[in-house]
Amino acid sequence: MKVRLKIWRQKNSKSKGAFATYDFDGVSPEMSFLEMLDALNTKLVQEGREPVAFDHDCREGICGSCGMYINGYPHSPVPGITTCHLSMRYFNDGDTITVEPWRAKTFPVIKDLMVDRSAFDKIQVAGGFISVNTGAAPDSNSIPCRKKHADEAFDSASCIGCGACVAACKNASAMLFLSAKISQLALLPQGRIEAKERVREMVSVMDELGFGNCSNTGACEAQCPKGIKLTNIARLNREYYKAF
Amino acid sequence: MNKVLYSSISKKFVMALAGLFLLTFLPVHLAINLMLLNDDPEPFNKAAHFMSTFPFIKVVEVVLFVAIMIHVIWGILLQVQNWIARPVAYKAPNRSDTSPFSRFMIWTGGSIFIFLILHFFNFYFIKLGIVEGDPENFYSVAHNLFKIPAYNIIYWVCFILLGFHLHHAFYSAFQTLGLNHRIWTPVVKVMAAVYAIAIPIGFAYIPFVIWILK
Repeated sequence: MKVRLKIWRQKNSKSKGAFATYDFDGVSPEMSFLEMLDALNTKLVQEGREPVAFDHDCREGICGSCGMYINGYPHSPVPGITTCHLSMRYFNDGDTITVEPWRAKTFPVIKDLMVDRSAFDKIQVAGGFISVNTGAAPDSNSIPCRKKHADEAFDSASCIGCGACVAACKNASAMLFLSAKISQLALLPQGRIEAKERVREMVSVMDELGFGNCSNTGACEAQCPKGIKLTNIARLNREYYKAF
Repeated sequence: MNKVLYSSISKKFVMALAGLFLLTFLPVHLAINLMLLNDDPEPFNKAAHFMSTFPFIKVVEVVLFVAIMIHVIWGILLQVQNWIARPVAYKAPNRSDTSPFSRFMIWTGGSIFIFLILHFFNFYFIKLGIVEGDPENFYSVAHNLFKIPAYNIIYWVCFILLGFHLHHAFYSAFQTLGLNHRIWTPVVKVMAAVYAIAIPIGFAYIPFVIWILK
């Protein structure tokens, strides 16, 4: 199949950037979206042109490295998957595909489709942990925990920190990400001990970094490849109120 | 402490509380307005007189003004921060699946605020003596206004926008307060839809009767 790619090209964080159009023939419907970009890059290199820079690592949908804004959707027009899981069979022969980097003040563009998401690391460092020595592995079930809470904590912990929530949100808010990180610990007995300090610190750092505010539009939930729910944001709000 | 008061979640908390208070005010206002449909001006004028003189209502009036100002100022502040958070816009429009009403809260809210200023000129400022008119006969003031076609069209457009605003606001306030429940949140969403349709229709019905049917 043949596709017309409109890809955002930007030399570095200082430069302005613009779309470049590539008519790319010979795309196989079996290719993943990233494999299609690999093939495009091979072609560009052979022609002596600069390849398109984009983030990727595991290509299994679990590392949270890949991510681009495709035809107006962060990650993918298909819900619940990361960019690496998007197949070219989703598109039709002759389609125009617009690809942009994720745009937020807190996610500056490094080059082309690569953005710096270290702001998430800064939020995590502010309190997304339990500060006790782990010691030897404890016996399973030695700390009683409700099954419902364990399941919910597990669901929250499936956040891969990819940043699609920030990319999708009209306010570039990181509330879904933070709420998942808060929830995975707040729901479990080990995490309760430092719950108050954790939520205070993490919210404070999130605000200082310049993420937007939550308007409860639900775009984050709709685009999250891991299905993190808005109930997490309500829990984050509750945890924050309880911390004072 | 300032960090806490002005944190994103605290600001949203205050917005939600002020918004919920305003949500309770609208049905009261509508109940009084419906008396305009009565051919006898007495009940409406009596209700308007009671609302402007009863001491408890005077206190509520102050709370109402504070709630409106907080809701407006905090709303603008939050929106400016949100715009700053994405200095470079996407070139392709964002197609993420969201409620269309939730995306335009600043614009629907801004339109309602402009209408509110017009409303103050038409009624509240008469009571304060800033604008000429009979504060003891708001019935005829309202009836005269509802006979102006341009006013009615502005009135209806503003109430449609109010409906859009309320649709998201009702649910959003609960979510911001941390109230999200497997069973009750869908109920709140249905209540939000009913409220957002019923209140504007109730208000819009009055000029429809006065201007068109009478």
